[in-house]
Amino acid sequence: MAAVEPPSPPGDYDVVVVGSGPGGLQTAYFLRRLGVRHAVISRDEQPGGMFRRFPVYQRLISWTKPDAPAERASREYEWYDHNSLLADEPELKALVPPLMDRAYDLPSRPEMEAGLAAFAERAALEIRYGCAWEATRHDGERFVLETTAGEYRCRAVVFALGVTEPWRAEVPGLEHAPHYVDTLTPERYAGRDVFIVGKRNSGFELAQGLLPWARSIVLGSPRPVEIGALALSPLRLRYLSPYEEHVRGAPGTYVVNVMIERVEPRDGGFRLVLHGTTWEGTLELSVDDVIAATGFQTPLRDLPDLGLATVADGRIPALTPFWESVSLPGAFFAGNATQGAHGAGRHPPVASSSAVSGFRYNARVLAEHLAERLGSWSRPRSRVGEAVPFLLGELTRSPELRIQKGYLCRMLSAGEEGYADEGVVPLTHFLDGGSPDAVAATIEVDEAGRIVPTVYLRKGGEVAEHPLEPHPLHEYEGESYARELGSLLA
Amino acid sequence: MRVAETLGQFSLFADLAPPQLEAIAQSYEESVFAEGERVLRRGLASGDFFVILEGEAVVEAAGDDEIRLGRGEFFGEISALTGDPPAADVVAATLLRCLVIPGAQLERLLLERPQLMLRLLRVEVRRLRGTLDWQP
Repeated sequence: MAAVEPPSPPGDYDVVVVGSGPGGLQTAYFLRRLGVRHAVISRDEQPGGMFRRFPVYQRLISWTKPDAPAERASREYEWYDHNSLLADEPELKALVPPLMDRAYDLPSRPEMEAGLAAFAERAALEIRYGCAWEATRHDGERFVLETTAGEYRCRAVVFALGVTEPWRAEVPGLEHAPHYVDTLTPERYAGRDVFIVGKRNSGFELAQGLLPWARSIVLGSPRPVEIGALALSPLRLRYLSPYEEHVRGAPGTYVVNVMIERVEPRDGGFRLVLHGTTWEGTLELSVDDVIAATGFQTPLRDLPDLGLATVADGRIPALTPFWESVSLPGAFFAGNATQGAHGAGRHPPVASSSAVSGFRYNARVLAEHLAERLGSWSRPRSRVGEAVPFLLGELTRSPELRIQKGYLCRMLSAGEEGYADEGVVPLTHFLDGGSPDAVAATIEVDEAGRIVPTVYLRKGGEVAEHPLEPHPLHEYEGESYARELGSLLA
Repeated sequence: MRVAETLGQFSLFADLAPPQLEAIAQSYEESVFAEGERVLRRGLASGDFFVILEGEAVVEAAGDDEIRLGRGEFFGEISALTGDPPAADVVAATLLRCLVIPGAQLERLLLERPQLMLRLLRVEVRRLRGTLDWQP
């Protein structure tokens, strides 16, 4: 039998997507829908990206409700299913819920991985697996990616690499401690005193996992835990027993705000020197184990050498509203790294770009942006007969606006023949996008935590914002909303 | 350079000890803007306070000469403290890296660190004197 040539061979493309996790799969799907000439490469042998291995304790923190007040193939259902990828064909939508055993409203890691594999297979995405990106260079206007399969040349690259490479804070001696990823067996910590460096997702996840085993647990990092932010965090559901024990004064479990001066291996264990950041004083602790739960970084390889700017201690690429590097034009990012875009700086940042639920929409917006820019697609700009019910319907039902709050908006441009649909775009693109008259609808969260439907109007180059009244059920199609928006647009 | 070390070089933060600087650096996000990107928009509520870690920003107030701000300087404090929308656009003049402190948290931080409040006040007084000098 003749060997079948793997898809996406080395060569010249408009776009190359690197990665086969949810960000890569979603971007590849939409690029193909929009007719962009592209290749997809992945160093892995299977789709799924980080979900082939993480979370360490095998349970996601983002919900999917198999039964919901919306049909599974509907757009509204996406709001209830934060883990399936998006598709236009009904048979490709909502692939995660049928795979769940319903022990929780959160899928297990294997269920999530199976959902992503089903998407890649049923959508017949043409991915070259086992093809590792190794180095990057410029050749005039083009990027050249050197890979284990050969050279790929392209006008734009979409890096969908995840934020999955273990990262250690620069603490002297911390290199002696294992990272979170190396702590798969909690029973190993039975009867031991454990210090966990870090108080974000992985730190609390680890502490929760170790509670039934460890003798004592201290979580320490400079930043105090933000109670307000926690209330909106998916963490609160599953990982906050250690924090609860600490605030109740339970001995043996502590959450401390400290700068760690150094970690010293001593007598088979560790000694730590800690300085209070929100309190005056110094602590010295001796423990059996130290674990670095200081998070992850995007595996950027040689991109910083080409001038790629980063945020968050070099862990995440710094991105424009359309997820292009702020300093390396033509380098785009999909997936979890889209959290590196700063948005419009409106109210508290509440978009979900670091989760599948949010970045799947970013991927569609990015694919449209690339397709327009590369000339392979024109935005349909269909006429919108009645702008008021259209926008109020979007505010009420659009999963893009509900999930990517304050980041994505639905935009209509005003012309002599009425309004034209400009689709879903970053709010910043609307705010800074030039002079044509237009209107945009988005959902924001104010300082008090209220969910506020908000309309922006651009007239004669001046932009004004109009927050509408919040609604207890987030339904904005009633008469009072129609009257208010009608008078704004009149 | 790490954010805490950078902050330690700025006069605004000169009274704070390394652990306190570390807490500030870890508590707020860094944002990086491409040259030409708008950071604050005149008339649109923002509330964020920006400390420039690297690069330059231009304040484009209507009718005035443009004001350039650089490393160690800050902007957005008027909106952050009063809740009023910014009276000027602020645009990244180069690649611009900032530490961004949300308005609601700025108030708390200043109350917790009165030395920081005093240094901020000194800069504000100098800025005010600068504008008064312009009066005929």
